[in-house]
Amino acid sequence: MSNMVQAIRMALHVAEERHDLTDVFGEDVGPPLGGAFTATQGIKCAWNTPLDERGIVGASIGLGLAGCRNVGEIQFCDYAYNTIDLLKLAGMMYWVSNGDWNLPMTIMTPVGSGIRGSIYHSHSFDATATHIPGFKIAMPSTPRDAYGLLLSCIVDPNPCFFLVPKALMRVRNAPGEEIPGEPGDDRALSKLIDAPLGDRSKWQPQWPETPDLFVPFGEGRTVRKGRDVTVVSYGRTLPLCAKAAEELSQENLDVEVIDLRSLWPYDWERVKESVSRTGRVLFVNEDTEVTNFGEHLVRRTTDELFYHLAAPPKLLAGAFVPGIGLADNLEMASVPQLPSIRAAIAELAVMEA
Amino acid sequence: MSTNLRPVPSAPESQISPELLLRMHELMVKARALEERLIHMYKQGDGYFWIGGPGEEAFNVPLGMLVQKGRGPQFDYCHFHYRNSGTWLAMGGDPIDSLRQMKNTVTDPFSGGRNFVGHYSRREWNVVPVSSPIEVQHSMAPGTALAQKRAGGRGITIVTGGDAGTAEGDFSTCLIWSSRPANLLPVLMIVTNNKWGISTAYQGQHGEKRISERGKAFGIESKTIDGNDPETSYREIAQAMEYVRSERKPFLLEAMVSRLYGHSSASGANRMTDEADCLVGFERKLEERGLRSRKEMDDLRARFTAQLQEAHKKVRDEPQPDGKTIHDNIFADRDLVREN
Ligand SMILES: Cc1ncc(C[n+]2csc(CCOP(=O)(O)OP(=O)(O)O)c2C)c(N)n1
Repeated sequence: MSNMVQAIRMALHVAEERHDLTDVFGEDVGPPLGGAFTATQGIKCAWNTPLDERGIVGASIGLGLAGCRNVGEIQFCDYAYNTIDLLKLAGMMYWVSNGDWNLPMTIMTPVGSGIRGSIYHSHSFDATATHIPGFKIAMPSTPRDAYGLLLSCIVDPNPCFFLVPKALMRVRNAPGEEIPGEPGDDRALSKLIDAPLGDRSKWQPQWPETPDLFVPFGEGRTVRKGRDVTVVSYGRTLPLCAKAAEELSQENLDVEVIDLRSLWPYDWERVKESVSRTGRVLFVNEDTEVTNFGEHLVRRTTDELFYHLAAPPKLLAGAFVPGIGLADNLEMASVPQLPSIRAAIAELAVMEA
Repeated sequence: MSTNLRPVPSAPESQISPELLLRMHELMVKARALEERLIHMYKQGDGYFWIGGPGEEAFNVPLGMLVQKGRGPQFDYCHFHYRNSGTWLAMGGDPIDSLRQMKNTVTDPFSGGRNFVGHYSRREWNVVPVSSPIEVQHSMAPGTALAQKRAGGRGITIVTGGDAGTAEGDFSTCLIWSSRPANLLPVLMIVTNNKWGISTAYQGQHGEKRISERGKAFGIESKTIDGNDPETSYREIAQAMEYVRSERKPFLLEAMVSRLYGHSSASGANRMTDEADCLVGFERKLEERGLRSRKEMDDLRARFTAQLQEAHKKVRDEPQPDGKTIHDNIFADRDLVREN
């Protein structure tokens, strides 16, 4: 069964074979490395760019304007900050031309903590991405969703962010959620599509036959049904929320967990339906908590669901600090972890409005 | 104004036909009359901001005449900046549309009243939206050029910008991305050097004698020309374009031009008297060569001025966009750029 990087690779392969994907590019994205996280190994249209993030975003825009479906990679989202004005530009292309120039392009970038990446390999990007209107934003928490969301990004006629949680790159699908056609045996899949160590110049991947499986934008997934509390998350913190819910079920708490999967557009209907039932909601993500996307969700919850609420809507997010420090204790204290998520849910469950 | 620039050597007599010269002249006059009308509009309160290209007509008009306009990679992609009105008109643009953008009317075909004047956009002609942040177009240009290189044919990418903007990293991006030995790109990089960045003089920013020399380190063919002479401009642009079209390699062309009304309305949009006027020089030549009389030239100017005055009146009565439309056209549901 695939892990997330392998799922990404398979989606890129399917897109270059069947959906006119013409370019996958970025720093070290082409051979021999195939990406800092190996997500682009074996992709025929993958190539190495100069070490120039503005150039990468610019080229992605230019290719898109010329009608080429493309995926530009920023090696770590931490290095996308000097491209913000170009991203703004991409997001406004269709709007500023009043509907004349659409722009098919995808910016793929690893985000978040979880690999002890220190200050400059741990930033999140969801708060920044959701401040750039005109982009669709996908952020998977499972390999299957990564596969389906990336395909949706590639064929979309608009700019898309595909945000890949670093901590989940090697996580595998839960049983029953595999990508149809992929070998069930991890080693068998690895043999087919992982580049060998050493000389790779003669290596050719052997791709399993996997289908066009599109996970649509704006469609979340209810990971676990529950009656007492709704927890809405995405990316690295999603599996932690699911785990916390499972643990709390031992304490007779019935927690519903929603994976938002795409942040723009997002599945408000699903959130609304759930919160209307439970009356309690916790939003969880790991970006810094001030002007955080979760704050928007809290605000909307208050605006639209106030009279359904049994307790104040809550946000658990990253600490508002300049970066995530390297030492274990520093990282753990900076972003939500299993204990803090579990505690936040338990507290919310008994809170009086 | 003093600069540390060497004088630009004047070009030899051209082989350009009289008809072409007259056509060029007509377009230059039209472009000047357009800019003057736009400034007028600004001063009358019929627009919030003016920026444009009066003083650059001798370069911008020949450029527009030489663009291979059309849709898709077989034609030229144009990544312009905000001083390309002459180019736009020479490509066949209708001046009234600039007035519409100046007045931010709903009829503005470039942005529907969303963007500043001079911010052209037209997919049908591969003119990508001009955007205000300086130099970003240089980061996008390699993308369209890459698509053109792959598509084959003779389509090229043209990117224009000012002199001060070359300090931005995007300019280096374009130099680097278009000159990688394994993937040279058909990009014509154009710097219209008016020796100013708003109020910052050339020597306050540039250690390099000529901006075009920056191409050398990358093996990019480059040249500095007198952009105030339309014959020189026409010939040099044609030559540079032919090189880019046939060799599929980049070229860096720096054109020395004038800035006749200052930077923009932010600096008053008043006529400068210490800058050479390309139109005056060209008209003297046309008169000397007996191609067009003073009277004919005055009549031409009067005709365009009158036409634009009429257009102004018309635009004044056109509707403004409705505030309710701000959410329109954020996301496309059709892949227009892939429909050919
Ligand atoms: C990135 C960016 N920084 C600053 C500005 C404000 N600004 C507008 S025009 C300009 C000067 C540009 O000078 P130059 O590149 O020489 O072009 P010119 O206007 O002289 O043709 C500046 C600083 C801007 N639009 N974009």
